[in-house]
Amino acid sequence: MGFQPTEDQRALRRGVRELLEARCGRDEPRARGAGLDRALWRELGRAGFFSLRLPEAQGGAGLGLPEAALVFEEAGRVLLPGPLVATHLAAGAVPGAADGSAVVTRADGGLVPWLEEADVVLGDASGAVPVRSVDPLTPLHRLPPGPPGEPEPAAVLLTAAEQLGSAGRTLATAVRYAKEREQFGRPIGAFQAVKHLCAGMLVRTELARAAVYAAAVTADPVEIAGAKLLADEAAVQGARDCLQVHGGMGFTWEAEVHLHLKRAWVRAELGQPAARAEEALAAAL
Amino acid sequence: MDLAHTEEEEAFRAGLRHWLKAALPELPPRPPPGDWPARRAHDSAWQRALYDAGYADVHWDASPTRRLIFLEETEKAGAPYVGANFVGLLHAGPTIAAEGTPEQRARWLPPILRGDEIWCQGFSEPDAGSDLASLRTRAVRDGDAYVVTGAKVWTSHAEVADWCELLVRTDPQAPRHRGISWLAMPMDAPGVTVRPLRTLAGSAEFAEVFLDEVRVPVANRVGEENDGWRVTMVTLSFERGTAFAGEVVACRRALAELARTARENGRWDDTVLRRRLGRLNAEFRALWRLTQWNVAEAEATGGVPGTGGSVFKLRYSEARQELYDTAAAVLGPDALDLSREWTRDRLSSLSYTIAAGTSQIQRNIVAERILGLPKER
Ligand SMILES: Cc1cc2nc3c(=O)[nH]c(=O)nc-3n(C[C@H](O)[C@H](O)[C@H](O)COP(=O)(O)OP(=O)(O)OC[C@H]3O[C@@H](n4cnc5c(N)ncnc54)[C@H](O)[C@@H]3O)c2cc1C
Repeated sequence: MGFQPTEDQRALRRGVRELLEARCGRDEPRARGAGLDRALWRELGRAGFFSLRLPEAQGGAGLGLPEAALVFEEAGRVLLPGPLVATHLAAGAVPGAADGSAVVTRADGGLVPWLEEADVVLGDASGAVPVRSVDPLTPLHRLPPGPPGEPEPAAVLLTAAEQLGSAGRTLATAVRYAKEREQFGRPIGAFQAVKHLCAGMLVRTELARAAVYAAAVTADPVEIAGAKLLADEAAVQGARDCLQVHGGMGFTWEAEVHLHLKRAWVRAELGQPAARAEEALAAAL
Repeated sequence: MDLAHTEEEEAFRAGLRHWLKAALPELPPRPPPGDWPARRAHDSAWQRALYDAGYADVHWDASPTRRLIFLEETEKAGAPYVGANFVGLLHAGPTIAAEGTPEQRARWLPPILRGDEIWCQGFSEPDAGSDLASLRTRAVRDGDAYVVTGAKVWTSHAEVADWCELLVRTDPQAPRHRGISWLAMPMDAPGVTVRPLRTLAGSAEFAEVFLDEVRVPVANRVGEENDGWRVTMVTLSFERGTAFAGEVVACRRALAELARTARENGRWDDTVLRRRLGRLNAEFRALWRLTQWNVAEAEATGGVPGTGGSVFKLRYSEARQELYDTAAAVLGPDALDLSREWTRDRLSSLSYTIAAGTSQIQRNIVAERILGLPKER
């Protein structure tokens, strides 16, 4: 049993991390505003972000869900904006999705992200009205009430992977700040109340990691539902705790953490929100 | 990154399954909690059966993946867990295997594997719990023996144990962590007095142990004199890192049973409760995946499980308590009936955030050793 990333998978993750860190530096998301960066989208396409799982004969890399999960985790870490999951899933089916020349979104759980920027919309988006999105980097439309559609397991999993990346990032940010910021003549990370917040963040992140990676390997819908539930919790609670560790600074627009929290809230509603994931997990008992 | 098993591992699983099918019906029912002599006999007989069938060493020496398969299959088949053999099989034995001399391994490991000798853990003292390194039990060298005087507490299974993994202070002048040694002490040595303590679950599964000039041969020291803290870290990493893995499988079985009960008694229609059960399903599945992850990592790096054990223990101990609180919600008034196993398990689950290092201590370890945050003092 080799339940650890292989050398190739580690190399893939390193490569994606370098690319994204170069293109999505700390100040990048705020500077960019709400518009979708088409040049970046095409660059992602060239790097194989969307076509990763297409067979080589169709111009893809012929990789699987585990590799895609690692890549989406990196996207979540840097708050990469755009309908990444929908475009990735459309590769091979919608012309231009694979190489990043088209932006594809889909109606998902009563919401449609990036409706106005998208070239193609999957699912029924009729009657969608714009909402003032809580996440400044994810424009949203709301759909009229209706029965929820069936969640697409791969979409749920990749959304969970993004949440995992976000949880890892807010943890690292909190730990770095706790080592630097001093109060009472000591780094605040020396105080147990702060230490225990950080430890809790790590525990939730590592549990979510095991769940997301295992679900990527098995592609089992129940396992995917569990992974989403735990990754949502790791991302949302991780961002809150990170904000707390930053004190007043955490409540400012300047600090990155609010963006993680807001994005985590949006993602938690997409794919398979907690109530539906819990029902799926209960039904499997 | 994969979860597939090799052909050899699958053959191991098939063989084990086949053997369990024949062995389990032969096993008498487990004696009631509290009757420790009977439980010891029962647990030892099971261990002996495993030994005769060639499965006894699965907790060490064998590949960790095999151990996980063993845990899955024995739990699925409803086989007993280690019981009174917990300390010997899951942390004293592995410590001796990792740190002992060839003579020590030859003396102590086979009887543990055969179920002939039961071990207990004499680490905690009345004034040294979380702050284990402040322990005061003294050992003074006298010829080829240490003369040990002091008191231990919360010693599980002390009543029925033959041996104790004992921490003693061999150099009172040295800094706290540097004057400790790890000894194997025979429980029938003159000067050892065991006084059982009643737990909140009503049973007497742990005890106070008083040591009055007990002579322990110097040859029973595992590791160097005054280097016992390092050996202790090895013991604790087994205790936190791998010892509870089997119980995750047991919790998954308990959860499935609980869902069955809820479907039968109508509580399943309660959406809040049903969703709580769903969430627990996610928790325990993920905890098992985390175990596999930690094992695969240890297998890749070779050796003793790392601080990842603290991450596991933190979440596991809380999830286990949530499981039994949810069980109480499903069972209603039956949850107050002490003759139900659920009720007893709920009571004993309260110890999981305390024993083997409290949650607060685990969080300190995670924050300082994994995340690198500064020490408090
Ligand atoms: C069922 C059971 C079985 C056990 N079996 C054994 C056994 O077989 N052998 C053995 O040696 N021991 C055994 N123990 C003992 C166990 O390891 C200790 O109880 C545990 O380490 C806590 O020590 P304590 O009880 O002295 O509590 P204390 O250390 O007094 O702690 C009391 C409270 O203070 C908190 N606290 C203490 N220090 C800190 C700190 N630095 N930061 C934050 N909070 C802190 C603790 O978290 C706890 O909430 C067992 C315990 C139980 C409950």
